[in-house]
Amino acid sequence: MNKNIIGKAFVLGNNIDTDQIIPAEHLVYDTSNPEELKYYGKYALSGVPLNESGLPDGDIKFVEEGEYVSNFNIIIAGSNFGCGSSREHAPLSLQVAGVKAIVANSYARIFYRNSVDGGFLIPFECKDKLNHKIRTGDEVEINLDRNILINKRTSEEFQLESLGDIYDIVEAGGIFEYARKTKMI
Amino acid sequence: MGMTITEKILAKAAKKSKVTPGEKLWLNVDVLMTHDVCGPPTIAIWKKEFGEKAKIWDKNKLAIFPDHYIFTRDAKANRNVDILRNFAKEHQLPNYYDVGTERYKGVCHIALAEEGFNVPGTVLIGTDSHTCSSGAFGLFSTGVGNTDAAFILGTGKIWERIPESMLFIFDGEMPNYLTAKDLILHILGEIGVDGANYRAMEFRGETIESLDMLERMTLTNMAIETGGISGIIAVDDKTRNYLKNLNIFEYDEFNSDLDAKYFSIHKFNSQKIEPTVAKPHSPDNRELAKNLSEIKITKAYIGSCTGGKLTDFQYAAKILFGNKVKVPTYIVPASTKTDKDLEIETYNGVSLKKIFINAGCILAESSCAACLGGPSDTIGRSVDGDVVVSTTNRNFPGRMGSKKAEVYLASPLTVAASAIEGKITDPRKFL
Repeated sequence: MNKNIIGKAFVLGNNIDTDQIIPAEHLVYDTSNPEELKYYGKYALSGVPLNESGLPDGDIKFVEEGEYVSNFNIIIAGSNFGCGSSREHAPLSLQVAGVKAIVANSYARIFYRNSVDGGFLIPFECKDKLNHKIRTGDEVEINLDRNILINKRTSEEFQLESLGDIYDIVEAGGIFEYARKTKMI
Repeated sequence: MGMTITEKILAKAAKKSKVTPGEKLWLNVDVLMTHDVCGPPTIAIWKKEFGEKAKIWDKNKLAIFPDHYIFTRDAKANRNVDILRNFAKEHQLPNYYDVGTERYKGVCHIALAEEGFNVPGTVLIGTDSHTCSSGAFGLFSTGVGNTDAAFILGTGKIWERIPESMLFIFDGEMPNYLTAKDLILHILGEIGVDGANYRAMEFRGETIESLDMLERMTLTNMAIETGGISGIIAVDDKTRNYLKNLNIFEYDEFNSDLDAKYFSIHKFNSQKIEPTVAKPHSPDNRELAKNLSEIKITKAYIGSCTGGKLTDFQYAAKILFGNKVKVPTYIVPASTKTDKDLEIETYNGVSLKKIFINAGCILAESSCAACLGGPSDTIGRSVDGDVVVSTTNRNFPGRMGSKKAEVYLASPLTVAASAIEGKITDPRKFL
């Protein structure tokens, strides 16, 4: 597991549901076909109302017109990120768009499980309301050894919550890798 | 310290005498359910991860219901159903319910109940967030993603963090102007869309006892809208009778101990609740129907796992009888059985179907249809700046199709009254 994740932040509000992360009409692409898979990147976060997309200013497209990956690779969000449907296409589409990690105040259960068990990205929790303190486009670094997030623009450091009992699954890279490692399958 | 009904079921599934909230345990799964949107990727992950050795852990415990994108010309959506069909054929699956055949059932959560998969005391996992619906039958049911489902498909196991429980008690006789939908929308207004995040919601009380199984499923269905892992109602005579009609007699009935520990207890007097609506764009954006009479609507929609059951249509027919709708009003039965029942069940001697036709409603075939938007040719899908009043469960931006549309969630009584008036209307006007 990479101990340092560095990237540009994309900032969102509270209750970003899976219909905003990947609208239902796009769920028809074959996830096992690379040519079709890239469309999940293209449409990632395309359901977020534009004025709430890329805070604090808004009106920032997560994926530019005609592109399949985003310039941003760390999502900063408020509470209850990923609420709504069980579609695993949600963390998948963020991963395909290039997202490495999310830092939110809290997550909806299924999105959290899917991110971890599918090995798509790491869902970090933070008590600070980072989406009020970080601006879209800020370069941020997540340091796993110290469990902190550093905003490189302001040099501010924020404590992240421990990954707790899912650490082993995250480290293994997903539930199947974890099960093989522990000789469960 | 005693245990809640949820803790007892999970202890049984983990083969332990006691479990404590917060513990991460491996559970044995009794039923795995999937559908046309999440089934194909689940199968792909199962094949990739288990490779040559890929084996279904128990074919009898796997139920597959195509239901989401059914009546569409979208080639990719149809391809998903083809994948399920071929998979079922290849593995000779006993519980596959194919489109275009007599076996087609419609929306998975209602079909699970009708086909007898909702067995009290068991663990039922599905690749759909509204899998929590099944909890109305005194079992633990919850939604997962494709990777977890693929893991279950090969092993019959899932890890779960034992949830804390929240208890919701509804006392008082249910007024004739309310349905279970009003109760759950009321709860959502109280605790918000993450108010029960990762917790089990347990419902009980005089009002809940009076609700039949389909109405109870409206409550447990929307547990996920508060972030709940599950919703549950203990078995009583109504449950036993429903199961008896399906020849199901052997199951474990669990009840919460008197000294069980709850995260919180919430008491309501149903007599004090009024017809309730969730305004755009969140299911917890609560307002009373009577305060929204200025909101003109362009569409009304009665359907989905939440609001397309026989009871929902019985409520709607009571209001629509002898009236005409002012806006396009879609009637989308959740299941093919519900569809047939619309012809059999009557109100004032007239079949429900005829009442809807006479009122000018548009009748559609059973499926998830426009509840989640779907392909562009989906019946009832919202377009442009539609203002929709709907019995479905979610009103997130773009949920029913158009990102510009506004969706108001309400009971079938309120939706029917609003369809007649062309604006949001408290159903008491017609009762």
